[in-house]
Amino acid sequence: MEFFIDPSRCIGCQACVHACAECESHRGLSMIHLDFVDRSSSPQTTPTVCMHCEDPTCARVCPADAIKQTAEGIVQSALKPRCIGCSNCVLACPFGVPRYIAAMDQMMKCDMCYDRTSIGLKPMCATVCPSGALYYGPRETLEKIRREHPTNTFVFGRQVVKTKVHLMVGHETDELEFDVASFLSTSSPLAGED
Amino acid sequence: MATSDPHWRADFPVNWEDDHYVTRREFTTFLTLISGALFLGTGLVGLRERWRRRRAPHPAAMRIAQVHEIAIGGVKLFHYPTPDDPCLLLRLSTDHFVAYSQKCTHLSCPVVYRVREQQLHCPCHEGHFAVETGQVLAGPPRRVLPRILLALKGEDIWATGVEV
Repeated sequence: MEFFIDPSRCIGCQACVHACAECESHRGLSMIHLDFVDRSSSPQTTPTVCMHCEDPTCARVCPADAIKQTAEGIVQSALKPRCIGCSNCVLACPFGVPRYIAAMDQMMKCDMCYDRTSIGLKPMCATVCPSGALYYGPRETLEKIRREHPTNTFVFGRQVVKTKVHLMVGHETDELEFDVASFLSTSSPLAGED
Repeated sequence: MATSDPHWRADFPVNWEDDHYVTRREFTTFLTLISGALFLGTGLVGLRERWRRRRAPHPAAMRIAQVHEIAIGGVKLFHYPTPDDPCLLLRLSTDHFVAYSQKCTHLSCPVVYRVREQQLHCPCHEGHFAVETGQVLAGPPRRVLPRILLALKGEDIWATGVEV
């Protein structure tokens, strides 16, 4: 059982956001990010769950030793007695996943519904996604029904990040490269096309 | 990545299994139990020592010196009640003798007689004992020096017991 995200299938219905907020471990607080890619020019949305990096940057930068990775490769939310709310992880995560919750003064993030996936259930978001943008299941089943190809290697400048969660892309590729510098110089990814 | 990790990474691992997290409550429990165990342990050791001392046979009297061997203000080393118990015999005046165990009651360093101060001095940690009574005057020792009871029989000085 693996997690696959296909942003091109996302219809922005917010079902995942609300399903996430119904989780037992963080009821009322959604950990999924549902973002418009470029709201002025397109209704396209994209869901972001934690990619669960093999070498998690958030845990690497945590000065309080509060972020831990389980043997299954799941990167957990900050440990409550340790997190000092410094937001280092929020700034460091290449995917923008961790959230600083000011009311609790600590970080929370998607833990792939560890309470559910550790006993063989699907994560909340994947159970409700109507378009299959969030898919949790065997890779073989997915390969039969989709044209897109999963990839889990992302290159951000000099940092290569391998993740547990896969991203579906249109063409077969070993790694996805992101030009971090160009993202910084422009607020919209489509701005250069004007 | 693992090979280039700094050494502190081993103490603060990212991996959940490698992390030995101790909560404040666990730590407090540990401290309380350990100090309780130490308290009980030292109490038991003390009680056992006391019991052993009470059961120990009264040491036999032993002739340790003759009066003319020691000048006034002089010292003689002897062993009493066993050869492993070094003691000091001091002549304070013509017919005033005292004797103490030479083991400092702090950490068993040998004490030396200082005539000018009229003190027994332990050079290890600056312990001072009164020469008349064996009482602690200064320094880390807390207990009096064990006193050797003496008896004068003619020219001979006999050790007749140990007063702790």
